[in-house]
Amino acid sequence: MDYTLSVLVENHPGVLAKISGLLSGRGFNIRSIAAGETEDSTVTRIVMVMEGDDRIIDQVKKQLTRLVDVIRITDLTDTPSVDRELALVKVSIAISRRVEVFQIVDVFRGKVVDIAHNSLVVEVTGATDKVEALIEMLKPFGIKEIVRTGKISIARGETVTEKGGENRA
Amino acid sequence: MKMQGAKMVVEALKREGVEVIFGFPGGTIMPFFDFLHREEIRMVLNRHEQGAVHAADGYARATGRVGVCVATSGPGATNLVTGIATANMDSVPIVLITGQVPVAMIGNDAFQEADIIGISRPITKHSYLVRNVGDIPRIMKEAFHIARTGRPGPVLIDLPKDVSVAVGDFTYPERVSIRGYNPVVHDNSQQIKMTMELVRSSKRPLIYAGGGVIISEASGELTALARKMGIPVTLTLMGLGAFPGTDPLFLGMLGMHGTIAANQAVCECDLMIAIGARFDDRVTGRLSEFAPKAKVVHIDIDPASISKNVVVDIPIIGDAREILQEMLNFAEPLPIDSWREELMELKRKNPLTYHQDSAVIKPQYVVEKIYEVTGGEAIITTEVGQNQMWAAHYFRYDRPRTFLSSGGLGTMGYGFPAAIGAQVAFPDRIVFDIAGDGSIQMKIQELATAVINDLPVNIAILNNGYLGMVRQWQELFFEKAYAFSCLLQRPSCPRHCNNPNDECPPYVPDFVKLAEAYGAMGIRVEHPEDVEGAVREAIGSPKTVILEFLVAREENVYPIVPAGAAINEIMIG
Repeated sequence: MDYTLSVLVENHPGVLAKISGLLSGRGFNIRSIAAGETEDSTVTRIVMVMEGDDRIIDQVKKQLTRLVDVIRITDLTDTPSVDRELALVKVSIAISRRVEVFQIVDVFRGKVVDIAHNSLVVEVTGATDKVEALIEMLKPFGIKEIVRTGKISIARGETVTEKGGENRA
Repeated sequence: MKMQGAKMVVEALKREGVEVIFGFPGGTIMPFFDFLHREEIRMVLNRHEQGAVHAADGYARATGRVGVCVATSGPGATNLVTGIATANMDSVPIVLITGQVPVAMIGNDAFQEADIIGISRPITKHSYLVRNVGDIPRIMKEAFHIARTGRPGPVLIDLPKDVSVAVGDFTYPERVSIRGYNPVVHDNSQQIKMTMELVRSSKRPLIYAGGGVIISEASGELTALARKMGIPVTLTLMGLGAFPGTDPLFLGMLGMHGTIAANQAVCECDLMIAIGARFDDRVTGRLSEFAPKAKVVHIDIDPASISKNVVVDIPIIGDAREILQEMLNFAEPLPIDSWREELMELKRKNPLTYHQDSAVIKPQYVVEKIYEVTGGEAIITTEVGQNQMWAAHYFRYDRPRTFLSSGGLGTMGYGFPAAIGAQVAFPDRIVFDIAGDGSIQMKIQELATAVINDLPVNIAILNNGYLGMVRQWQELFFEKAYAFSCLLQRPSCPRHCNNPNDECPPYVPDFVKLAEAYGAMGIRVEHPEDVEGAVREAIGSPKTVILEFLVAREENVYPIVPAGAAINEIMIG
């Protein structure tokens, strides 16, 4: 199963390396990781999707808590949240079949953001399953390259993310 | 006050009350040593950076204070790695300061550059690369705070040369404020109440305590609690000394080389109270059969240690001393006489044992004589392997901080420099490094450090000519094929030899001559009747002494639970 953790850390050089190093060094499996500055410029938010079970994720949270630079960990797995990721997909395509791709992309509310003679680039934003569904639909045309940001999440409603999930540290 | 960065570091060390530094200079750290030189703080110049960090570690374990170690960039820093990992695994508070190339050159493969922050990341509690001279006071304050609080550990400060000569304002902070680091503020009263209810209804309780009890200075509380309630106690290797080894309630060490009484108690108990221990694989054996009948209470300061290996019924996160004090308030004698007597009977019937004949010295006999002659009043350090286990078995530790050993990482070469650190801290106490002939050679150059600093450390080498624990495993689990574990073997020997005899080539080095070359005293002991006299001679001498005991070559450590077996599947030899 996949778990979504939102981790607030000190905005220091090397913090991402500390976190990813700790997780890989202890054999935990990261599916995606996305980092960016928050409303407070001294704080960075890292949203990561981890693969595992309850016990493994409990260890992940505990181990992360041990890091001095980790301010707070929120588990958004079972919390109502808006989840998004962005994917850029380069499809190789003959001119004669371009229209079909446009139609598919339209259904997913994506955009074609670049076109060359024999390829085009599709941009799609959404929850992970939507992004994956579109990629699935594009596969028959021939995918040359995929770039994904990894998931970012924010708690729904008026509560801020740190008050929405199960917290540590 | 305005001053250079390197001087700020020295000033901070003074503010932290540091009395001794172990280290080794080099290019990028020279500004620091230049300022240190002008102060009264003692500096022990080790002969290798690994020796310096182990010595700082030994000092920290013996005293409970933060050890300090300083080295230069590049090879100086990388030589620290084994020592940092050793301290990290055993939760030892040390602050390490490394030189670094100037900030602008970092990443350029400069001379003596190594990314020590990156290299040490998984083996430090925390680390800092200092980029601004103005950050030094805060970083120094934080480093000492982080090293000694919570679950202690090594903290590394990487100090680029240009930062150490830059000038900034020095104001040492009064307090530390780190928003991501607030070790243990928990209200445990509910858990403690639940625990004491479990204890009262338990028929077969057992206390399993580890190094955390020593770190939190909770030995007195542990001893009082166990005695008041009459609960038998077993200790991990790291816990030896946390409860008196001579107390009737003490069952001995548990785990791979645990006593039969201790391991059997684990299997039969209905309540296990784990205190400052982390259910290491060398303790638990096969997990599914570890304490199968027991409810488990786990007291630990590190939440990450709770339910990591063994699922715990009642977790209590906090300082062992505070929690045990609170438990003591509710303690009363338990009606568990039959359980206690059962275990005492097991203990009586299955003592740790060996056979000493008149011909060849048994290694266990040496440790026992050191115990007798010193009356148990010595600080013992160990190397790793058979020597370590015999030191754990045949010396009874009645007080904390008297047994210093690399438990988690299992670092050969730890014992001698650690003994140097302990002797620096306690010049008047008797310090013995119980060593193997293999492991002592890993840090033998520290003889110069010991001799030059007039440290009367005693090194008892149990020389069996083998990497003894490797040879033992080969005998028991690899069909007695002694692959590369014989230290006498030369190219002229048969490649496959498991037959040590009088024809074997001579041992290299000659430890007595080696000791003399360094200005230490060397004593070779070949006969059992000479062991006691030699130990007395070493203790009586103000010199650093190597005692080389030629011991039975194929003596094994028993009991042993094979790796991965259940804790009561014990081989007793």
